[in-house]
Amino acid sequence: MNASTCSLCTIWNSSIGKKLLVALTGLVLVLFLAGHLAGNLLIFVGEEAFNEYAEMLHTMLHGAGVWIARAVLLTCLVIHVVATISLTRLNRAASPKYVHEQTIQASKSSRIMIWSGLTILAFVIFHLLHFTVRVDSGLAEIAKTNPHKMVIVGFSNGLVVLFYAIAMTLLCSHLSHGVASIFQTLGLRSKKSAPLIEKLSKGYALVIWLGFLSIPLAIYFFKFGR
Amino acid sequence: MLNLTLKVWRQKTPQDQGSIETYDAKNIPEEASFLEMLDIVNERIIESGGEPIHFDHDCREGICGACSLTINGVPHSKEKGITSCQVHMRKFRDGDTIWIEPFRARAFPVIRDLIVDRSAMDRIIAAGGYIDVRTGSAVDANSLPIPKPDADAAFDAAACIGCGACIAACKNSSAMLFTAAKVSHLGHLPQGQPERDKRVLAMVRQMDAEGFGNCTNQYECEAACPKEISVDHIARMNRDYTVASLKEQLV
Ligand code: HEM
Ligand code: SF4
Ligand code: FES
Repeated sequence: MNASTCSLCTIWNSSIGKKLLVALTGLVLVLFLAGHLAGNLLIFVGEEAFNEYAEMLHTMLHGAGVWIARAVLLTCLVIHVVATISLTRLNRAASPKYVHEQTIQASKSSRIMIWSGLTILAFVIFHLLHFTVRVDSGLAEIAKTNPHKMVIVGFSNGLVVLFYAIAMTLLCSHLSHGVASIFQTLGLRSKKSAPLIEKLSKGYALVIWLGFLSIPLAIYFFKFGR
Repeated sequence: MLNLTLKVWRQKTPQDQGSIETYDAKNIPEEASFLEMLDIVNERIIESGGEPIHFDHDCREGICGACSLTINGVPHSKEKGITSCQVHMRKFRDGDTIWIEPFRARAFPVIRDLIVDRSAMDRIIAAGGYIDVRTGSAVDANSLPIPKPDADAAFDAAACIGCGACIAACKNSSAMLFTAAKVSHLGHLPQGQPERDKRVLAMVRQMDAEGFGNCTNQYECEAACPKEISVDHIARMNRDYTVASLKEQLV
């Protein structure tokens, strides 16, 4: 492929271009998380509301809607992961270590992005096998008639809840740096807006953490729905 | 008078492995500057027949950008807004151990001890950190009206002395703050407009080619910069680069 037919290669191969793709795909995933959480919280409204919502997801656009969403999300996730692993490797190669290491003000979350990210990746794979592909035939059987019950049964397992909690905590860490980062990478941050962006980022991460955790905790510890 | 222990990076040649050597720095006057402290230690090393500690320096007043010491893990020390040559010994306490290392980055090969080769930064400037003018009939710069905020922003960016502390402080050895300062300085002014797209593309490409890392928005650079150059310039460069490369690739 020559340069003129591969505009995207040029963008991909530049530092800022690759970062831009990380930010844009990150933004799509961030917006998805908000929608996903809003839908999931319907579980507290009631069995009927939750099952109707699940039904709606599978019937919108005559059933094509859910597949379009899956395709977009999967593409974004793959681009995000491939780009960040590549960036992390380039960064390690570019930066020799000091004997006496010191950090001036970078946050802990910003320094473990690759580890929080890889944990999220492991979680996403597990989560899809658990609730989307449903490798557990018992759970798959329940899901056919009652998605609400599938969630209750799924979260009655202590190990599942523990892994879920660890993953959500690292997701919260990832987002607390990631959301603010989007603004800088897209060139939308300035000294004036920085404090607001910082609050938005941490606030969003906290809402995601509390929101997603509330469901398994309510089911496992407070016997919600059981 | 201060009695200190120095842990200094010694490396004979660029190929040499290099290692930390320990020195006792006894009876250092509190009014000495950091570089004067090293001068005193070096005189004693020379007197005892050793090879002095090599380090870069020139103006010794914070304007040339030559000095380049990483002091206790922080380029130009943890004091805000100063260069290594502006660090004073009164900031240390008797009995302290001080770690002194070069400005580290894969793109900054060590020449000797604490001296690194920073010519990668010169090549970034050469790639586009200039404007083309006809010298014979150049117009008076003051005849062009420039809004005050733009002039101020350009001036803030132009304060960069090209020391490389931003790169040395960055966890990824990224040169974004330095490059952004140079791109912004000209990009804010009317004289810089005709080559604005070309400049940002060329300078970022040179930056990538030199093997610097990629920014992860941790802002260690801004905290280490002796001229307190703002990361706002990086945001602006991200924007300029995106627009310029989309124009180049798709329009
Ligand atoms: C729900 C899933 C995810 C969301 C919402 C998300 C979100 C984000 C956001 C918004 C950023 C900041 C982008 C920027 O720098 O401008 C980011 C950066 C990053 N993400 Fe993710 N991410 C997710 C999954 C992952 C996964 C699975 C990985 C695994 C490798 C990962 C690794 C990283 C890394 C290493 C960075 C830092 C990149 C850099 O600083 O240059 N992320 N993420
Ligand atoms: S931006 Fe600051 S730290 Fe970086 S080279 Fe310029 S003066 Fe030095
Ligand atoms: S010696 Fe010139 S800035 Fe330090």
